[in-house]
Amino acid sequence: MGSRASTLLREEEIEEIKKETGFSHSQITRLYSRFTSLDKGENGTLSREDFQRIPELAINPLGDRIINAFFPEGEDQVNFRGFMRTLAHFRPIEDNEKNKDPIASEPLNSRSNKLLFAFRLYDLDRDDKISRDELLQVLRMMVGVNISDEQLGSIADRTIQEADQNGDNSISFNEFIKVLEKVDVEQKMSIRFLH
Amino acid sequence: MGWFLLPFDNLLCIVLGISFTVGFSSLLVIVVPAVLGVSIGIRRLYMKSLLKVFEWATVRMERGAKEKNQHLYKPYSNGIIAKELSSLEQEIQELRASGTTLSSEPEFEMADIMYFCRRGVESIVDDEVTKRFSAQELESWNLLTRSNFNARHISLRLSVLWGLGLFIRYSFLLPLRVTLAASGIGLLVVLTTIVGFIPSGWLRTYLSEKIHLMSYRICVRSLTAIITYHNSENKPKNGGICVANHTTPIDVIILANDGCYSMVGQIHGGLIGVVQRAMVKSSPHIWFERSEVKDRHLVAERLSNHVADKTKHPILIFPEGTCINNTSVMMFKKGSFEIGCTVYPVAIKYDPRFGDAFWNSSKFGMVNYLLRMMSSWAIVCSVWYLPPMSREEGEDAVQFANRVKAAIATQGGLVDLLWDGGLKRGKVKNTFKEEQQKLYSKVLVIKCQRSPTHCLGEALDQRIYWIGSLKVISITMNYSDTISIAMNYSETM
Repeated sequence: MGSRASTLLREEEIEEIKKETGFSHSQITRLYSRFTSLDKGENGTLSREDFQRIPELAINPLGDRIINAFFPEGEDQVNFRGFMRTLAHFRPIEDNEKNKDPIASEPLNSRSNKLLFAFRLYDLDRDDKISRDELLQVLRMMVGVNISDEQLGSIADRTIQEADQNGDNSISFNEFIKVLEKVDVEQKMSIRFLH
Repeated sequence: MGWFLLPFDNLLCIVLGISFTVGFSSLLVIVVPAVLGVSIGIRRLYMKSLLKVFEWATVRMERGAKEKNQHLYKPYSNGIIAKELSSLEQEIQELRASGTTLSSEPEFEMADIMYFCRRGVESIVDDEVTKRFSAQELESWNLLTRSNFNARHISLRLSVLWGLGLFIRYSFLLPLRVTLAASGIGLLVVLTTIVGFIPSGWLRTYLSEKIHLMSYRICVRSLTAIITYHNSENKPKNGGICVANHTTPIDVIILANDGCYSMVGQIHGGLIGVVQRAMVKSSPHIWFERSEVKDRHLVAERLSNHVADKTKHPILIFPEGTCINNTSVMMFKKGSFEIGCTVYPVAIKYDPRFGDAFWNSSKFGMVNYLLRMMSSWAIVCSVWYLPPMSREEGEDAVQFANRVKAAIATQGGLVDLLWDGGLKRGKVKNTFKEEQQKLYSKVLVIKCQRSPTHCLGEALDQRIYWIGSLKVISITMNYSDTISIAMNYSETM
């Protein structure tokens, strides 16, 4: 009884997370249960190894980039708040949320924030620009050994050429948004959480 | 001082007397039917009354939660998320719905990353594999603290009931069960050693069978295991291999309760080693030394020799190689399916309401696990004997293994997974990641119009790695030829 009770989430924490991320009470408790089951060290935080233990994530070509997205700059552990904050990007956008309170800060799962998440997957050094090198590296992760360097290089060049508008040979966040304006980001970057 | 202790002395005598009488009579009531192979039906009655108590408890908890306006934690038995069942190609085509033409140039869109991203985060939230290595979560509480996630005081009556249950389980049931288990194992060791002195012949085999069955029956009662056997006409026969899904070491006792098997395994030291050595004196079990276990040929040879001898009992093997939590069946290792004899599949499904039978070997050692088993309410399970299967023409060992696995999964209501149970401890092979990368590169480098069967084959092929549901696997088998032809075709382009 003892160890379980001490790791139970307190009501105040659940309320705070609810406000910040928009998840419902039951979703938060279930995700907390998932968090604790991943936390093999039982110290309330997840490390990169904890994520890599998930086989389906380990075989994802961009697995490492996705894992990286959970960890803030320079840190090696993520707590439950940080975990939820990252997952909140993938909540579906509900209609009533679009008209709520325009003064409040943008919700984590807005279209713009979803695009920012995807942008950061490309932006390896977090300098808010996708350089040709970064694009090449990410492409290499996605295709493995199946495409030659030259072909990959030409793909990268073509992509940057199409996206770049200010001629700095790299893609900024605004240029990224422009390229993806026709894509149904809301649907593609959303996960259907059950109640 | 003496006169002060007298009443207590008397009381102590009375208490001891009562407990001994109760204990002894329960032992008699349990052991005698076990020896004779008869069942009185006490356990089923016990099971029915327990169920009623659990239902009442759940209702109370829900009512209590509503009154306090709190949320009752409900485990995610239906899943936390609803996953999209579409393949890599379908999704990427949808992402590119902005209408780029099929040119001979390699196509890449920056939006492609979203597919991998979403899949990755979905697997972080809920994946098929890691949850198989920890105990299944229950829908309603069964008055054991170990399975209670609410851990809050709901009502006085419920706590009293829980306290009463605790008392009964630990002070009455546990000692009784431990005594029974000890006597069962003791009898097994002693009697098999004695029978070992009788020369080989029908008498020895007959006695050995009876002794084994009797000891297993006592052990079954020591766990209060309530087992229902279905389709006994398909029971494994001599000269075959019996294959079952693995949840706990107790699986062996459950199956051996109903028939005689030859066990396969590694020789251990300690108490288990003593039992193993005694067992092999009266009937031919296959025990390997630690060094021999790695030698695949030796193992296969001994198994084949055993199977060839029709007087020997069927071999009992658990091809998963490790304990899984009884919600799914994981990859069957092909070794036992290469031998080429009849395979008798058996599906075992435990009812988790009465006690979780899964052995989480990373969390509990063997002794701890047995104590937990013996202090649960009961172990209720169903055993289905499936019709025998043999390897068909043109089927290799892996396909045969998957076919057997699919049959067991359907019967037991378990999820059929291609993932290796070894992932409990080890890392996943890189080849799977390379497959994903290959599939994506194929989408990029479209050099020819693809035939519908190619797409269909590939789409299904990809599903195996992400979802691995039963239906998908069986369809893929039929298209396996199409897939290999189609892949060769595209690679030559």
